Amino acid sequence: MLESYIRDKQKQKDLLLMTHIVMGYPSFDDSHAMVKHMVAAGVDLMELQIPFSEPMADGPVILKANQKALEQGATVAKCLAFAKDMAARYPIPFLFMTYANIPYRFGMAAFAKTTANIGLTGAIVPDLPMEEGAEYLQAMKKNQLSPIQMFSPGTSDARMAQIASIASGFIYCLARKGVTGAQTDLSDDLAQYLARCRKAASVPLAVGFGIKDRADMDFLAGRADIAVIGSETIRVMEKGGVAAVRDFIQGLSRSA
Amino acid sequence: MKHRGYYGGFGGAFLPEILIPTFDELVSVFESAKTDPGFRNQYETLMAQYSGRPTPLTFAANLTRHFDGAKIYIKREDLNHTGAHKANNVMGQGLLVKKMGKTRVIAETGAGQHGVACATMAAKFGFDCTIYMGEKDVMRQRPNVFWMEQLGATVVPVTDGTKILKDAINQAFRDWVTNMDTTHYVLGTACGPHPFPEMVAWFQSIIGIEAKQQILDLEGRLPDRVYACVGGGSNALGLFAGFLDDPVELVGVEAGGKGIDTGFHAARLSSTDAGAGIAQGYKTYFLQDDDGQMKETHSISAGLDYVGVSPILAHMHETKTARFESATDAEVVDALKLTMRSEGIIPALESAHAFAGAFREAPTLSRDQIIIINQSGRGDKDIFTVADVLNDPEWKTFIQTKAAQYHA
Ligand SMILES: Cc1ncc(COP(=O)(O)O)c(C=O)c1O
Repeated sequence: MLESYIRDKQKQKDLLLMTHIVMGYPSFDDSHAMVKHMVAAGVDLMELQIPFSEPMADGPVILKANQKALEQGATVAKCLAFAKDMAARYPIPFLFMTYANIPYRFGMAAFAKTTANIGLTGAIVPDLPMEEGAEYLQAMKKNQLSPIQMFSPGTSDARMAQIASIASGFIYCLARKGVTGAQTDLSDDLAQYLARCRKAASVPLAVGFGIKDRADMDFLAGRADIAVIGSETIRVMEKGGVAAVRDFIQGLSRSA
Repeated sequence: MKHRGYYGGFGGAFLPEILIPTFDELVSVFESAKTDPGFRNQYETLMAQYSGRPTPLTFAANLTRHFDGAKIYIKREDLNHTGAHKANNVMGQGLLVKKMGKTRVIAETGAGQHGVACATMAAKFGFDCTIYMGEKDVMRQRPNVFWMEQLGATVVPVTDGTKILKDAINQAFRDWVTNMDTTHYVLGTACGPHPFPEMVAWFQSIIGIEAKQQILDLEGRLPDRVYACVGGGSNALGLFAGFLDDPVELVGVEAGGKGIDTGFHAARLSSTDAGAGIAQGYKTYFLQDDDGQMKETHSISAGLDYVGVSPILAHMHETKTARFESATDAEVVDALKLTMRSEGIIPALESAHAFAGAFREAPTLSRDQIIIINQSGRGDKDIFTVADVLNDPEWKTFIQTKAAQYHA
């Protein structure tokens, strides 16, 4: 179970690290190298994004990665095969990240079943709020998978309680309004919002959107359970190659 | 949990969590406006005084004679302020923005008509305005970009994806999730998450309500068929709204591009190339591949070049309450030429799809039958595209001279 894995890991670290890659960007070989380096550098969980042509919640860096991956022939079938391979090779939980149309076209039930069969632990689908997700939530539950839910700074206390009641694994707390990749101001407001999240939910909290350096990690330690790094690793890779990602992650990882 | 905004199996609100409070606010403002007769009054007065409504219903005597079939009437949405039906929606949403106390509006635009209408509304109401437009459409519809900028809007060319309308919509959503506290996204058509389809259709219903009264006044009877082009579907839903409970056949005409067998088209309901999917916040028919990736669309008209379609129309298609056809680029140009020469009216390339669809069927109807074609917009904006297609030598010389002057 995802939650017990997280709780267990927390005995060694006060803040876990989750990273994100877009499968097939810049190539599947590079994606594999990224996963390998990230795991070696101490990443605790990973999101594997199945690219989509309309990634509504993603900023320019991940948007471009989605488009490039698709242009280079990333298909859902190739992504599933890749994910299966990663889950078999590396001892950390992997989750799919994608948009609703991908599992919808695959068939929600079949998607959940396949996700479980290939050894992933859950999925993050940002454009599938609980109001629209009944079929998805049911299918995920049936396969003991975590359909990761989200909180945003604008989510009311009442809604947080509702979301928390269907949450499993952890809840992804968006650090700010906006799309992925832009700078996040780590402030009292964020601290207060995370306190509100903590009060609403008993599952672990992951915080993402704009997290990118050691200072961000220090701020989040004690306030959240998992830090999520997305766009920044892509930027690092684009600048310094896959090996640079390893150094970058090592510099972030909090003492074991 | 509440299920809102569904039309059969289509519609909904597939929103990132961050936008949920913004949509809750929008739904509640719209719900209260919709049930308040004072609001509809305020809206209709504004449209009368600022936009020139009611627009006329013109009897097309020469086209009628030409086809020697049904009597042809044209609903003149081209005579709205800014030259298209888009004004109906934009002014209505502008009133809602005032109610919400927001100060900035953003919009997407394909043909540029919605962008111009939105920039106009922003100028009138005093809002800041940013318009997202695919880079390819910026190239195709430069005159409208010029006017948007003169009206005070910032036009942002979108270079992602296929660089057309759907990409402009994604970009507008990205802006919105960052700035929703101050900003309203004035979606231009009856697509997107609830309440947009219903809200846009509600504002556009002014077209059909007028048209019905006008045809009853002129002919003392209902039309047999009404025709409208279908991009997202807002002008079609607007016209159809007047005749939903009547024995009138509703015909939507989509962009057939180079032909629906060529893959180069934007026919979502009238071809078998589209399938149900979820994108841009709602469920409808999309032109997509088996994986669910959106395909490229093609049309001579930027305003019909969209991968999705209103969920309300998708439902009408499934329940056969409306019929959907397509017209190719070539048919559209022919229809445009004929309409210009015979009636002295220049429809937008988008609207010319409705004309092409109607012209195909008019001769098969009898002289005592009546049809209405919705002229959603005027064709001035298309001067570059049409001149290209017609290969007009004098126009080319003019452009070359003009270009030479800029180089001098
Ligand atoms: C003149 C005109 N007609 C029609 C359309 C298509 O939109 P809809 O299907 O929402 O009426 C557009 C869109 O830009 C337009 O400019």
